[in-house]
Amino acid sequence: MFKTLTSTAAATALSLTMVATGAQAGETVDSVRDKGYVQCGVNTALAGFSAATGGEWEGLDVDVCRAVAAAMFGDADAVRFTPLTAAQRFTALQSGEVDVLSRNTTWTTTRDTSLGLNFAGINYYDGQGFMVRKDLGVTSAKQLSGAAICVEPGTTTELNLADYFRANNMDFEPVVIENTTEVTAAFFSGRCDVYTTDASGLASARNVSAENPEDYVILPEIISKEPLGPVVRHGDDEWLDIVKWSHIAMIQAEEFGITSDNVDDMMDTDNPGIKRFLGVTPGMGEALGLDEKWAYNIVKQVGNYGESYQRNVTEKLGLERGLNALWTDGGLMYAFPIR
Amino acid sequence: MTQNQTNQAAANPVMTLLYDKTVRSIIYQILVFGGVFLMGWYLVNNTLTNLEQQDIATGFGFLEKEAAFGISESLIQYTPESSYGRALVVGVLNTLKVSITGIILATILGTFIGIGLVSKNWLLRFLGKTYIETFRNIPLLLQLFFWYSVVTNAFPSPRNALNPIDGVFLTNRGLYLPVPAENPVWTAVLIALVAGIAGFFLLRKWALKRLEATGEVFPYLSVGLGVIVAVPLLTWLVSGAPTELNTPELTGFNFSGGLNMSPEFFTLLLGLTVYTATYIAEIVRSGIQSVPKGQNEAATSLGLKPSWVMRLIILPQALRVIIPPMTNQYLNLTKNSSLAVAIGYPDLVSISNTTMNQTGQAVEAVVIFMSIYLSISLLISLFMNWYNKRMALVER
Repeated sequence: MFKTLTSTAAATALSLTMVATGAQAGETVDSVRDKGYVQCGVNTALAGFSAATGGEWEGLDVDVCRAVAAAMFGDADAVRFTPLTAAQRFTALQSGEVDVLSRNTTWTTTRDTSLGLNFAGINYYDGQGFMVRKDLGVTSAKQLSGAAICVEPGTTTELNLADYFRANNMDFEPVVIENTTEVTAAFFSGRCDVYTTDASGLASARNVSAENPEDYVILPEIISKEPLGPVVRHGDDEWLDIVKWSHIAMIQAEEFGITSDNVDDMMDTDNPGIKRFLGVTPGMGEALGLDEKWAYNIVKQVGNYGESYQRNVTEKLGLERGLNALWTDGGLMYAFPIR
Repeated sequence: MTQNQTNQAAANPVMTLLYDKTVRSIIYQILVFGGVFLMGWYLVNNTLTNLEQQDIATGFGFLEKEAAFGISESLIQYTPESSYGRALVVGVLNTLKVSITGIILATILGTFIGIGLVSKNWLLRFLGKTYIETFRNIPLLLQLFFWYSVVTNAFPSPRNALNPIDGVFLTNRGLYLPVPAENPVWTAVLIALVAGIAGFFLLRKWALKRLEATGEVFPYLSVGLGVIVAVPLLTWLVSGAPTELNTPELTGFNFSGGLNMSPEFFTLLLGLTVYTATYIAEIVRSGIQSVPKGQNEAATSLGLKPSWVMRLIILPQALRVIIPPMTNQYLNLTKNSSLAVAIGYPDLVSISNTTMNQTGQAVEAVVIFMSIYLSISLLISLFMNWYNKRMALVER
């Protein structure tokens, strides 16, 4: 009896130590490769960015995950999605439940540092706005003193809102509901006078979730900068590189004029930059620890940034490129040199 | 052979000790305790190491930082400038507010339905049974979603508010009630009320003492309740009977002034009360039915009035059966109040969630709210155990 107890205790202690030493750099890339798919955290329901329509996840944020999967495995479908609320997302990423978080997440100092996260880039430049019912007759956010405002908890939106009302000496009653679907439902039912989130989110709610989009107006004030992008946790720089460059590859493809339709023709090009990009001239894939056709697979299976934007944001939400146009067209999308 | 064995045992005193029952049990206890301790130490150590490895901030320093987010309802002064610590206190108070109100209302509703279940009236029994089977068998979270959509969709916007009584407004922003305007008299009335309640207990003590000594009955219940009402009322009359009210008024988007019960609080309170009352009703029914019929008959044959039979014979015996399971229900209600997060009532969990998200300190925030729930639950248990002991059968 005594012997059994001691040996069990010893075995338990040993296995526990093994678990403890398991955490090492490079572990995310290894574990993703082992399981054969990318586990990606996305928004529960935000048309244009990530929404499950007909059983398939679609959206600008979803395409980032698919691009990473295409780069890793040559298969954009080697990805599984975990829908997360704003309040759940960082814990899910920190604890390893998801490998990458692509859920319209604003890049801030606190998140980059004390939350132990790394932002891999910006796939949408946004800003916070307000939406109200048209029949309220409100034309400016400065008239919103005393309003009940629907907002999601754990967001930069929640903090900007408090800051904005403080700065303008106005009062408000926050109605804080965690789930995107529930919070928009509360707004449409009239529980709040105002719904506030990123301007893209407002367009998504108005154009897709509202019964009659004409009944709502988005106020002209944009009260904050919201650079949204994919996030990974600290501790695996190799993985950060893969996510970062998968995202940049989509923008670079648009700069080169490579689309999912003409990518095969482009393989015969003489342009040394494109040859390097598509892996005709090898080197880039090796540098990232990926197949040489990593960028080819992204463009072929997911498309370039412009295609993804057109398909998801312009067609579903009717939003122009604006800040998200290429830098050559006066926007902020600027791919770092792939060489 | 026997001689040999004894010699061996004597030669090896360690073995003798190991075969000693007391020693062995002590060894096992030390082993188990050590194992649990090691496990706990390992978990804490591993968590800290991992957090450090991932560069996640640790410690409770964040509690003093500015929270910078808004909270819709609060029993204490709170602004976005307040600290995270204060925001959590707001959450605790909101949890207590809805739990205590819920416990009181669920007890009242549950008792009525429980009495209905043992009624001789067929319709009452049927209605009670239907109520219980309906609300007990639907998950509370779904009930909350249901009530919330009813409350926010069924009532009009503030500009078209329902106005059933002068000064009372029903809207999808909640119920607005007029409250007495601020006046020092009300503080005096409150003190008078406390004094009245103290008077009630003194009267009760005196009446029972007299009953023991002389056998004369004094109707302390009705007289005592009279005292509780009369003392504050007299105070109010003597100090000039102020009747000025603070009535809610529509200003801009919403009503201001008066007392507001938010739809979130109302929904949560309604959901918790309706759900928990089903269990309480069954507990009350079983309590009443556990008192043997002979008790009732014996008391009646002694010539006691029916109301006395209930108060002096049935209830004290039923309560002994009722109180322990009732404690469970009170604890359940308090813990279920954490479902508030789904409908946006700023309770402890809701505010902790926001805090952990804004600061990234999930482990600390979870530790804080778990220990607070544990403390609240232990306090309720402690109180109910004390009450149970008081009501328990005293054997003489």
